Amino acid sequence: MTGLRKTPLNDAIRRLGARLVDFAGWEMPVQFQSVIEEHLAVRARAGLFDVSHMGEIEITGTEALALLQHLTPNDVASLAPGQAQYSALLTPQATFVDDVLIYRLEPERFLLCVNSSNTAKDFSYVRASAARLRADVADVSDAYAQLALQGPLAGAILARVTGAEVGAIRSYHFVEAEVAGARAILSRTGYTGEDGFEIYLPPGRAETVWNVLLEAGKGEGIAPCGLGARDTLRLEARLPLYGNDIDETVTPLEAGLGFMVKFAKGEFLGSAILREQHERGVTKRLIGFEMTGRGIARHGYPLRVEGRESGSVTSGSYAPFLKKNIGLGYAPAGSARIGQRIEVVIRDAAVPGIIVKTPFYKRRA
Amino acid sequence: MSEKRQGYPSDRKYTREHEWVRLEGGVGIIGITEYAQSELGDVVFVDLPEKGRALAAGEELGTIESVKAVSEIYAPVSGEVVEVNEALRDHPEKVNGDPYGDGWLVKVRVGDRPEVDGLLSSEAYRSHVEEGE
Repeated sequence: MTGLRKTPLNDAIRRLGARLVDFAGWEMPVQFQSVIEEHLAVRARAGLFDVSHMGEIEITGTEALALLQHLTPNDVASLAPGQAQYSALLTPQATFVDDVLIYRLEPERFLLCVNSSNTAKDFSYVRASAARLRADVADVSDAYAQLALQGPLAGAILARVTGAEVGAIRSYHFVEAEVAGARAILSRTGYTGEDGFEIYLPPGRAETVWNVLLEAGKGEGIAPCGLGARDTLRLEARLPLYGNDIDETVTPLEAGLGFMVKFAKGEFLGSAILREQHERGVTKRLIGFEMTGRGIARHGYPLRVEGRESGSVTSGSYAPFLKKNIGLGYAPAGSARIGQRIEVVIRDAAVPGIIVKTPFYKRRA
Repeated sequence: MSEKRQGYPSDRKYTREHEWVRLEGGVGIIGITEYAQSELGDVVFVDLPEKGRALAAGEELGTIESVKAVSEIYAPVSGEVVEVNEALRDHPEKVNGDPYGDGWLVKVRVGDRPEVDGLLSSEAYRSHVEEGE
């Protein structure tokens, strides 16, 4: 694998014997020991992920808020400094340029965390939209490494290596604090369905913090985790993956992400289309299903609902915690009922499944 | 690595696609190699042929799925399937745990002995794997 970008943790990860793959041009660990063991470690204890490939875009200026209010469907004005929000960059057709996390660092300073494969596209899009506004847009991806510490014991482990009052950080809030001597943003967010933290820090300090966290969690059985477990964890929690479940062909309402659409804030990109979908109803909707027959649904396999091909599986896998084969895909809105039978075409055979309530997995509060 | 899971037992023959076959009289026992299972990762589903099916050498015999990937398995030799490892239906992870033993896939009545002779020896297979890495 030559010509691939490497995160600051590449050496540390190699030393742990990770299996490396090309992920959107980055050399990333898919697994260290076993996807299933890493998945279960996060559900029961804690796991540590290198997600430094994610992109970061900083937006500053007196009209930074106005810019984000225009580009995203959620109400950015409701964020106080120290709060984060799951949202999207939308096209004029109300479809996804990307899904993003928005951090309000200061009243006029925001940080967007974006998908690695979309960083360049998102940056151009936001910058072009800012052209006539008093807002500066910078791709600051190289200024940040990012770790995700996830699992029920994540807070206890993190508390040992920082002076910050970890327990006081509420969900979708963050603080700026020192972690193992590095200045970092500690954000109570994640992509696994568990409690946990995303830690943004200077690339030069990433390896130290990575090692310190693994050492601090040793007694609890913390596991270094790869992208394999990240994908199965997020699927069980029904967190969408850009490029699979959401893209420039679907809207937040079709993807079941209506919670991020705040009509009350006023007009924004695609708001007229979303309002019409909201009033008339969507024609297709992202459904979650369980396989009842033998076989694993995979991305791209044809999906049949009420005997008719309704598109394809957007995400599908064996779910290690639930020990079931599960998946997501789009179905005609009229058929998207819990209990509705479906079929997935697996190697020319139609294998039965059933639409179920999502998230497939929900942690106990 | 335990003796049982050693990479290249010499009592069987191998394909370049990482299947093995071991002859017991007129029956060939077929599985995938230690190297193949380690490349696949956690095996979560094994799809095998029905008993009685006639397989030609090189024909797709079934599929093995790990959490992340689907892999086709090819018959190393021709023959009729006389037994299928039913234990893999509920315990596909046996393929990871014991690929040369309990993780076998099918047994076939071997039609053509010389076919077996054309497969790789354990030494030749070892070179194949090590050159590929």
